[in-house]
Amino acid sequence: MATIEVNGKAVELDEEGYLTELKDWSKEAAAILAGQDDIELSDSHWEVIKFLRDYYDEYQIAPAVRVLTKAIGKKLGKDKGNSKYLYELFPYGPAKQACRFAGLPKPTGCI
Amino acid sequence: MEDEVIKKFLYVNRKAPYGTIYALESLEVVLIGAAFDQDVSLAFIDDGVYQLKKDQKTSVDSGAGMKNFSKTYLALGDYDVNKIYVDKASLDERGLTADDLMELVYEDEDDDYKEKSSISIVNQEEIAQLMEQQDVVLSF
Repeated sequence: MATIEVNGKAVELDEEGYLTELKDWSKEAAAILAGQDDIELSDSHWEVIKFLRDYYDEYQIAPAVRVLTKAIGKKLGKDKGNSKYLYELFPYGPAKQACRFAGLPKPTGCI
Repeated sequence: MEDEVIKKFLYVNRKAPYGTIYALESLEVVLIGAAFDQDVSLAFIDDGVYQLKKDQKTSVDSGAGMKNFSKTYLALGDYDVNKIYVDKASLDERGLTADDLMELVYEDEDDDYKEKSSISIVNQEEIAQLMEQQDVVLSF
């Protein structure tokens, strides 16, 4: 099982690089996971990550990309609720990659 | 995409939410299937009506000891799954009414995104008709 070191503590990842335990998440962990994909997290990234964590907290699932795009548009404005904007931030897929940074499981329905 | 075939899918849920994996599996299939833009309806019959019950308690102390996934039903509207049929006789037999169920809603794009209820309480004849209209019926 792969692990990353966050603040001197080993944190476990599953075979696809997602945190195995929700409670292991921290901002530091997110930054390390993003670093693995050569991404430096900006405020725009954090905004989406926070949105995903709130969504998960409310509904107990990570939203599919279509749902995420629509919901972001509603909450953060139309200029952000489109796939172009979200793919620029998360080139490996806004749902898949952003959920990984947010410490959530892979979105339901994501293969 | 004019030549895309849209089929009518009905997911029939008859089992209590916890104790078996059927309810959770059904919900996951519905969410995954929602990505394919099909015409989806859900029916809740027999103990299946408990899946939509408000205020579910699932701690080990309460006896269930499973993850409480009931809040996920509230996301169905976001997934454009907004035809949810609940069998009235099954509610009656269990001493439940529509007020005991979670408020599942969706935003109607054709009506200025007004929030509307996704739940219809139906009798057995209506459920039979509903099943008759489907291309695919999946039972959980």
